[in-house]
Amino acid sequence: MGTEITRDTGQAGAWEPRSTSRRDKPTTRRSGGETSTKDAPSHYSETQSTEKDPVTQALGWFSIGLGVAELFAPRATARVIGLNEDEHTTLLRTYGLREIAAGVGILTRPKPTYWMWNRVLGDAIDLASLGKAMRSPENNKTRLTGASLAVLGVMALDVICSVSLTSEALPEGTRDDGSFTLAESSDGSVPLVSVITVNKPVEEVYQFWKNPENFSRFMDQIDSVRITSGRRAHWKVKGPPGLGIEFDAEIVTDTPNELISWESVDSAEIENSGTVRFRPAAGNRGTEIELQMNFKPKGGAVGQRIAKYFSAIPKTQMMNDLRRFKQIIELGEIVKSDATAVKGMHAAQPPQYSELEG
Amino acid sequence: MRANCWEAPKHLKVQDVPDPKILNQSDAIVRITSTAICGSDLHLFNGFMPTMERGDILGHEFMGEVMEVGKNVKKLKVGDRVVVPFPIACGECWSCKNDLWSLCENSNPNAWIAEKMLGHLPAGVFGYSHMLGGFAGGQAEFARVPFADVGPMKVPEDLPDDKVLFLTDIFPTGYMGAEMCDIKAGDTIAVWGCGPVGQFAIASAKLLGAERVIAIDRVPFRLKIARERAGADVTINYEETNVREALKELTGGRGPDACIDAVGLEAHAPGVQGFYDKAKQSMRQESDRISALRQAIMACRNGGIISIVGVYGGFDDKFPLGSVMNRSLTIKTGQCHVHRYLKPLMEHIQRGDIDPSFVITHRMKLEDAPVGFDIFNHKEDDCLKVVLNP
Repeated sequence: MGTEITRDTGQAGAWEPRSTSRRDKPTTRRSGGETSTKDAPSHYSETQSTEKDPVTQALGWFSIGLGVAELFAPRATARVIGLNEDEHTTLLRTYGLREIAAGVGILTRPKPTYWMWNRVLGDAIDLASLGKAMRSPENNKTRLTGASLAVLGVMALDVICSVSLTSEALPEGTRDDGSFTLAESSDGSVPLVSVITVNKPVEEVYQFWKNPENFSRFMDQIDSVRITSGRRAHWKVKGPPGLGIEFDAEIVTDTPNELISWESVDSAEIENSGTVRFRPAAGNRGTEIELQMNFKPKGGAVGQRIAKYFSAIPKTQMMNDLRRFKQIIELGEIVKSDATAVKGMHAAQPPQYSELEG
Repeated sequence: MRANCWEAPKHLKVQDVPDPKILNQSDAIVRITSTAICGSDLHLFNGFMPTMERGDILGHEFMGEVMEVGKNVKKLKVGDRVVVPFPIACGECWSCKNDLWSLCENSNPNAWIAEKMLGHLPAGVFGYSHMLGGFAGGQAEFARVPFADVGPMKVPEDLPDDKVLFLTDIFPTGYMGAEMCDIKAGDTIAVWGCGPVGQFAIASAKLLGAERVIAIDRVPFRLKIARERAGADVTINYEETNVREALKELTGGRGPDACIDAVGLEAHAPGVQGFYDKAKQSMRQESDRISALRQAIMACRNGGIISIVGVYGGFDDKFPLGSVMNRSLTIKTGQCHVHRYLKPLMEHIQRGDIDPSFVITHRMKLEDAPVGFDIFNHKEDDCLKVVLNP
């Protein structure tokens, strides 16, 4: 059902306060034409399940073909690309498995964004391996160069398809027809969304979040947030000495008991923004809090997609942050176990005084 | 202080570790007077529970005297004698407020590991892996007890440790197993496993008015205790008798009205099935051996209840879901919400309805804990329950 998840239904820009400019870039248009996500909610499910670009389809079959060759005829494959036949069979077989996985993913998933980017990553690995092989005198350099050029050509296609699939990404939320989709970024930034329910009324939760100086109490990576003027605050992110990131952020929306959002101002190393929404949980279950953070690291579309592979880690981190927030608001302090009272791995036995911080 | 630490599978060592200190202001430090080895500790001992680290202090059944309390502790005082429930619960979250203490939303600081393995997170537990919080356990001279005003219950001076120690886990666990059976007049309840939890499930089923309790195990000594002390009406040794045929004959072909699984993930089974599960589990192709549960499901009467209090850890093989679905069985389970049962079960003890100390067969010094584990694990020397005194 999903009727309880109320969001600004179908509005592409609903997630970020000042994102309209980003979304208006040509890349955010759907490849099918002028239809913007705003206008045709019912359109999504159709395009997702039926239309698949013939080039994407072909790349999927190409993956499977190459994978089968690498897996079952590694020696012949090695000869064709100019590698020493005897040395690299295991590696080629492994790459073959990767190719087949990507191929099956691309052909079977309705919207194989992940698997197309997997191909891009695979191409990069292939190029690196070929480059390494060039240095060995046992290999045929002419053939290796040919193989590298071929990979580059395919990689160009892979990137084009991946970027196009990415630009079709949908905003998170419940649409008019009641279907619910998880967030996929449309502008290259890495969106992180986490939700938690706390057993406290909305008003109390909102008051806590209204003061950004509270953030460092539960956000593990934040060293401090200091309010510098009315809507502005200075954020210090933890890092090795001299390498910590600092930036100023400004509150851009503040709707009491509903939503607070902020955005970094003069873009630092990482352009970022955050939105926190509050809603009462039905049946006296307290308040649901939904935190979305957007990070836009430098490095263009490819860099960001590769960054997304690793985004599972920050997502876990973000969920841990929210759990610490829950402990603070429900209990007044962060719960420690013998193993977690100390940074790093520690057995479940009392820590020494010297191991405890502060 | 001295503490019994997990070093590697089947390898424990009593060693010197730092004394516990207050880490949160709602903590208390307890000097332990009695602590026990639980059947579920054997799953850690045998290496079937993931996320154990070298040096982890074991033990989640303990009681003792309060030595120190944190600033926010209001009810508990230094000198109080307390039993400590094995699940750690904050008392403030929605689950705690709804009497689901073993599902406390705040007490597991390693929730993210648990979430990956189980979908959502259960409460933290003393001495029971890092997935369940990484809390030092109670097989030690002292223990830090979080949420001192929520979990620990004061016990009257006139009741000796032996009578109240098992309120920490096995008595409430067995009782919850029986309670989940929703026992009505005339009901026959079958209990798989006559370890300590099974014994309390049998006794509790009788307390709750079961017409007849049938106990199933393979160790003659345990079956004898089940008959003579826990109150089982009939016992079946599954190595001598076909359990499903026997249960049919005993129940007019209907099957028991409810079946309690007090066995858990290291079930034994005779013949091919037992060999199959052991082989798969040892190759890490299934996390649990579920032969007892399979049999309980197949034996239960149509529309009956399967109550699981034995511990399971992961993803299991050959689970007879077809039997559950087509015969309208209900499965009820959970880590015991011990806090819920402390008071009512204490009243049963005080009234003399039950003396939980009947399960104790071995008493040892904390220093001998590794020997105790070994005897208990191999069911040697007619061992049913080991109590350690620091």
